[in-house]
Parts: sequence; structure tokens; C-alpha cells
Amino acid sequence: MSSLNIDMQRGVVGDQLDPDSMARVLDQRQQASQRALIDASCKVPVLLFYGSAVFWLLIGTVLALISSIKLHSPNFLTHEAWLTFGRVRPAHLDVVAFGWASMAGLGTSLWLMCRLCRVPLKWPGMVVGAAVLWNVGVLSGTAGVLAGQSSGIEWIEYPFYATFMLFVAFALVAVWGLMTFGRRQPGHVYVSQWYLFGSMFWFPWVYITVQLLTNTPLMVKGTPQESIHWWFGHNVLGVFFTPMGLAAIYYLIPKVIGRPIYSYYLSILGFWSLALFYNWAGAHHLVGGPVPAWLVTVSAVGSMMMFIPVITTALNHHMTTYKHFGVLRYSPTLRFVVFGAMAYTIVSFQGSLMSLRIFNEPFHFTHHTIAHAHLGLYGFYTMVMFGAMYYVMPRLTGHEWSSARLIRVHFWTVAIGIALMFVTLSIGGMIQGFELHQSRQGLGDLMRQHTQTDGLVSGSINALSDFFGGFKAKQDQPIPFLAVVRDTIPWLWIRSGTGILIFIGHMAFAWLVLANLLGRGERRTGPTLFHTDADGYRRSLEV
Amino acid sequence: MNFGPLLFLGIFLTFASAWIGLVFAPSQQLKDLQAMRVEGSGQTNPRPYSGLELEGRAIYLRDGCVYCHSQQARGGDYVNDIERGWGAGPVGEPRRSLPQDYLYDRPVLLGTSRTGPDLANIGSRQSDDNWHLTHLYDPRLTSPGSIMPSFSFLFETRKIVGQPSADAMKNIPVQPGWEIVPTYEAKALVAYLKSLDHAYAVATPGSGK
Repeated sequence: MSSLNIDMQRGVVGDQLDPDSMARVLDQRQQASQRALIDASCKVPVLLFYGSAVFWLLIGTVLALISSIKLHSPNFLTHEAWLTFGRVRPAHLDVVAFGWASMAGLGTSLWLMCRLCRVPLKWPGMVVGAAVLWNVGVLSGTAGVLAGQSSGIEWIEYPFYATFMLFVAFALVAVWGLMTFGRRQPGHVYVSQWYLFGSMFWFPWVYITVQLLTNTPLMVKGTPQESIHWWFGHNVLGVFFTPMGLAAIYYLIPKVIGRPIYSYYLSILGFWSLALFYNWAGAHHLVGGPVPAWLVTVSAVGSMMMFIPVITTALNHHMTTYKHFGVLRYSPTLRFVVFGAMAYTIVSFQGSLMSLRIFNEPFHFTHHTIAHAHLGLYGFYTMVMFGAMYYVMPRLTGHEWSSARLIRVHFWTVAIGIALMFVTLSIGGMIQGFELHQSRQGLGDLMRQHTQTDGLVSGSINALSDFFGGFKAKQDQPIPFLAVVRDTIPWLWIRSGTGILIFIGHMAFAWLVLANLLGRGERRTGPTLFHTDADGYRRSLEV
Repeated sequence: MNFGPLLFLGIFLTFASAWIGLVFAPSQQLKDLQAMRVEGSGQTNPRPYSGLELEGRAIYLRDGCVYCHSQQARGGDYVNDIERGWGAGPVGEPRRSLPQDYLYDRPVLLGTSRTGPDLANIGSRQSDDNWHLTHLYDPRLTSPGSIMPSFSFLFETRKIVGQPSADAMKNIPVQPGWEIVPTYEAKALVAYLKSLDHAYAVATPGSGK
């Protein structure tokens, strides 16, 4: 980078360039104008997906808070059938999964596909139509669930008309994606494109299989339904959300840092091992259940083999960021995306371990599972999507983010919120699992007894040592179920608190998105940074 | 990996392998499973649901009972399901739930959460209609400390005109001159819950039966 002078305001400016550098600058200008063309072509469809996603995020968060409060205060909003826990909770899951996560992911995928294929977005009517249909599907499906038309099967609660709309909308995006991939400029196909290609092909397949075989008159007989159900349930994350999230991470970390990805060969290994193993993992949801034992065993093997893609992908992401952690101080995009990448590593390690019988038998069916699900879909996926939207939106609207302070509020509320929620529900769930299956006496009872006689500190220590000392599988006199319930309640209260924190973050984010869509920020010249010392930012990039 | 067709083939084959393993194979393995005939009667174990029970099952699905209640007594070295009395099987011979128990379940509702207790065999543990109805109306009347929501919307609170209804709830406090009556939906749901009863032995390979 001898004579190139990087200027924060005007981009790359030449200063007595030799002919080689001159050609490079011209080439860069050409590429920049090509990128501008692509961004302009993506503007309407991607912003439509993003705007809808943020709307559903807010609705989903409200439904989440209602469900969370109902878990510790069961008399909250019980008089109306449509507000009962068994309807609000699936409505929450469906809105965040199919409203927020899918639409944010598809918006990002459209843009990434065009950028990486180096072609402007063609056939915008197709994807705009898909976005409209997708919104109608989520709206009518959620209304259907609340009104009592739920299928009652987790993840596929939507009534058939909504399911059909989502399927058609997704098929439109998938066909668009494959056609765009076919029109790509000759040259390298980047790792993000493999993941996007995969998710666009895999998701319709799992979606149609599970609908036909568990939710229509064609349904298979007996418990193999549940194998199909969890093959799907796990794959919504495994072959739809995860590939979209990883595609975004693979694109954004190198872009923000300005360095290539650490290893091409690791990305190949990571992709193909994920493609092979992830979709074998689903039946670990059925450990000990009424299904053939081999089914659970192969899924546990698939889950353990997931260490391969997870470790290779983690090395690839974290080694790219390594030595550039300074940029985290400045770039909102990188901060969200790296948080997500780290959460991906943690949640995947945890998930593999949870497929083992020794972990699964006590902790399945408890709030521990809920903690895991939120770390995956929120700590990893949602955080990455926030990062992606912070990167993509200004390039489409032409306006920068209006307030670095609000971005900071957004980051810290949701980061602390999800971390605390994960820890709280994990601990509460583990206590619940031990008490259901392996302890002699409940922790709550022990605490009450010991703290009365021994005081608060030594009493607590004695209670804990009694609790963990009393473990034995097959307790003859199990702890009464209602005592187990009582010991989970404090953790559920804290979880509602973390939910409020996250809700505040979402309000800040929604405000920022709205302001950006309305053109309230400065005209775009460079990224909005957390800190404004340009020298420090440049130094953090150059290390 | 710049060659589209190869990418497509790999993506197809990896995925098809799991489809064969987790979708096709178990369905084939269990497709010939039959309900067992009870000798000397026209009945089978398990038995098909009655019309009322099926209507109750639809309420169970509609109002999302499955989000807090599993329907499977699990086996395993670290699992206490049988010790908790959740097992299937006749008195004195508790067993874990087996694929046979679900032959008439469309869809099967194994569940993923035990915020409430397992219900695979709730019918054999609790067969009292009045208990179930009271519990649905206000779970804390029968189970102090429960965090189950009230399903009072499945009941009708009305002014007594003439004679009190025969099926009015007796042990739920209500102001004088009024009565709480379960709707048809509440009765159907209770009928379904009582049908969750697998108190029969199942011959399995290796069990010596």
C-alpha cells in the first residue's frame, strides 16, 4: 500500500501514482460503481424484507414477554382464550422464526447473492411479490394460531393456508436465487454463496416433507412422525437459519476488517461437513423416547460429528478477526457479527453435548433447552442479522445511521439481555432437571432449612453441598413435582427481566431503522462508528 | 468449488442421505406395527379414540397443552419417569412408553417440555372427572403452587334460573345465585385426558413375553 492514501471522506485518492497503482485505482473505481449499481437494484426488495422483519421483531418480542410473564404469574391474562399461554407461546415462536428471522435472513441473502454474483438484482417483481406474500402468510398464520386454528405441532403450527403462502413465497425466492446464481459473473464462487445455495434448496425440501408426512391425511403412522418432525425442527435451524447466518459472517468479517478469510480449505471442510452431519442430528430430540434406539444413536453421532464444521468454522471466523479486535471498538457491524460468531461456537458445542444421553436424560424437557434455543436463534443468528442490517441498509438508503448512541444502547441491552437470559435459564433448567430425576431433596427446601440454622452464607454452602451430594439416578422417593416447579420460579422472574432489557434494545433498533428509512441520517460518506477518532479506526484496521 | 452442477450434486446427496435415514427408514421399520387384540373380546390395546375423546384432543392441540406437557414415559439410566409413577403398563409392572402406544395418535404429541408433568398415562393416575374439571378451571384449587394457567374460558358462569344445573361445579367458590358449568369443550378435553391410559403389557423382543 505504498503511495495509496486512504481518506475517510473521499475514499481512495491518488497522490503521484505509478502506472500500476493507477490501474488499480481505476479498477477499484469501476468496481465501486458496479457495487453502487447492484445496491440501487436491491433497494426496494431488500428494504421491504428488512422493514417487515423489524415490524415482526417487535410483535414477536411483545408475545415473548407475555409468555414469559405467564410462566411465573399464571393468573396474568387468562380470561380470553386467544391470550392463553398455549396460543401466545407458539405465536411468539412463529412470529420470530418466520416473521423476523426468515425475512431478515432472506433480505440479507438477496443482497449477498447479487453482490457475490456481481450482477444487479433482476426480476424484482418476483422477490417483492414473495415479500408481500410472506407478510400475508405470517399475519394470517399468527392470527390463525391465536384464534385457535393451530395444528398443535411445534414449529409448524400455522394453518394450511398460511403454510401454503409461505411455501409459495419461499419457492419464488429460491427460484430467483438459483436463477441469479446461474447469471453470476465468471470467476470465484465465494463460500457465502455455497451456504445460500444450500439453504435455498434445502428449506423447501424439509418444509414440504414435514407438512405432508405429519400434518395432512398422508401422515405416517405412529412415532416415526416425531422423527420426521424433529428432522425438520432441527433443520429449520441447521439448513435454513444457520447457513444464512454463516453466509453473512463469512462476508461481513472480511469486508469490515479489509482482510481475506483465514483459510479457503477450512471453509470447504466446514461447509461439506455441515451439509453432511447437521441434517442427521434431529432425532437427538427423542433420546429415551418411543422410537427405535438406533435412530437416537445415529443422531447423537451426527451431533458429535458437528464438532468438525463448528471447529473449522470457528477457526476460520475467529482467526480472521484475530489481531483486529481493535475494530470492535469502532464498527457496530463487526461488534454484532463477532458476538454472533462467538455465540455460534458456544451454542454448537453445547448442542453437541446435549445430544449425549448423560446430558439429555436429565436436562431435556427443562428450561435448559429453552436457554439453548435462545442462544442459537438469538445470540448467534439474530445478532448476526442486526450486524448485517447495520452494514447493508445505509448502502441502500444512501443515509447513515442517525445516532451512534442509540446503536450502543441497542448493542448493550440485547447483548447483556441474551447473555443473562442464557445463564439464568441454563441454571434454572439444570436445577429443574436434577430435581426431576436425580436429587433426594429440592434445592429450595435445603436452602430454607440450612439458612435458618446456619445463617445465610454457610447455610447456602451447606445446602448446595447437600444438593449435589445427594445425586443418585433412580430416586425411590422423587421430589414432589410442585416443589420442582417452585424452585424454577425465581429463574423465570429474572428471565422476564432480561426480556424487558431486550425489548428496550429492540425499540432503539426499530427507531434507528425507521429514521434511516425516512432519510433522517446524514448522507452516506463512511460508516457510522461508535467512536469518531478516525486515526484510531485506521490504525485498528492496519495492525 | 466454482462448478455449479457439482455443488448442486453434493448439496443434494448429503441431504438425501439424512432423508433416507431419519424420514424413510423409521417409517418403513414401524409401518407394520399393529394394535394387539385382547383375547376373548373385540377390543385392542391400544384402543381407538371415541368421537368425544377426539374432540377433546382437538382442544388439547388448539390450546397448546403440548407446550408444557410431554406424553412419553422415557427410559434411561438417569431418568426417573417410572419412579415418578408416569410409566405405562399394568399395576406392578410399569414400563416406558413404546411405539405401540401411539398407533392411533394423529398427530403424535410426544412434546418437548415438562413445565407440567408428563401426561402419557394421566388417565390411569387420575380418573375423577370432577378433579380434572376443577383443575382446568383453577389449577391452584387442586394443586397449590401450580403455574398452569386457568382455562376458565372453557366454563360458563351463569345466573341460576329455576333449578341449578346437574353438572354445575360443586367445589369451586362462586357468589350465591350463580353457578359455574363446564362447556362441551371442557368435558371433551377431560374425556381425552382420561383416555390417556396405557395400562397394558406389551410383548417386546427380549422381555421374555
